Amino acid sequence: MNTQHNIEERLWNYIDNVSSTEEKSVIEKLLQSDAEWKVKYSELLQVNEVLQSSELEAPSLRFSKNVMEQISKLHIAPATKSYINKKIIWGIGFFFITMLVGFLIYGFGQMTFTGGEETTITKNLNKVDFSKIFSNSWVNVFMMINVVIGLVLLDNYLSNKRKDFRKQL
Amino acid sequence: MPTGLNDNEIISKVLSGDYQAYAGLVNRYQNYVFTLTLRMVKNREDAEEVAQDVFIKAYKYLADFRGTAKFTTWLYTIVNNTSISFLRKKKLDIHSLDNEKVFEAADSMDSGMRANMVEQKSKLAMVNDAINLLNADDAQIITLFYKAEQSLEETAQILGIETNAAKVRLHRARTRLKEKMETYFAEEVRDLN
Repeated sequence: MNTQHNIEERLWNYIDNVSSTEEKSVIEKLLQSDAEWKVKYSELLQVNEVLQSSELEAPSLRFSKNVMEQISKLHIAPATKSYINKKIIWGIGFFFITMLVGFLIYGFGQMTFTGGEETTITKNLNKVDFSKIFSNSWVNVFMMINVVIGLVLLDNYLSNKRKDFRKQL
Repeated sequence: MPTGLNDNEIISKVLSGDYQAYAGLVNRYQNYVFTLTLRMVKNREDAEEVAQDVFIKAYKYLADFRGTAKFTTWLYTIVNNTSISFLRKKKLDIHSLDNEKVFEAADSMDSGMRANMVEQKSKLAMVNDAINLLNADDAQIITLFYKAEQSLEETAQILGIETNAAKVRLHRARTRLKEKMETYFAEEVRDLN
């Protein structure tokens, strides 16, 4: 169980101070009693110290001057949010969601539910001749594209939520 | 030079028309940006050109910086995109985490270069040389964590990955760095003891 890889991983967590309290005390005991752990710890500690003492690389002395010369000819672009109309974005979203809901209703309407009594909704849906509307294969392709875009929108929404949650942490 | 101001204060000054205040940000982060670009393009001249582009882009789109994240996080996104575009233009390889070719290339360095490398060097130069032997992903995470002094959480946020994934990636990068140091800088490593 105590493979080299495992020992190193646990020791790096200990050095980075991200081990749990119990894990810390276990490692401290091992460092006192186990020679292998002791040697590995001093090796890793050395790498860590060397890395911590290292510095960032510096560009040429004229770097800052060059940048300032170039930006003196530029103008700051207006913020993206100032020229993107949120209403349009919401409108597009609403359109796709409506299409998605319509497609789902159509899908459920096509299903044959057996074993139960017909409800008023299914009775009414059965009266509508969907085959006239959706017989064209181009319409079906269009609907499928909408479903895919709807799923992409949903994915974006969920990933934004996740990012916000991470930021809060 | 408004060096006493924090990043957001400097940005507000720049956005209100004082473009000279931007020099404060350039001076503060030029080493950070230059090191990160150098890790990706692997050549000082190219890295300087890309780093300049990064600051120019950052200036142009400064109004888009919302101030919800750290300025360095936002700046890293520009560093990453600009470096990748540069490499694409130059049709160079963008080394991925599992690109074995990178290791093969490093391992097959000729003996002349190896002899040159084992010359007595300062500790700092040795670390930088060892980092340069790593693939771009490993070099980036080590630079962010150690040299840019970002926490593990901040590093993960900058790279757009989970903290645990950053921890694993950092662990792998350090293991590979240790191997490189032992292989190419054995003498310097011994001197450290």
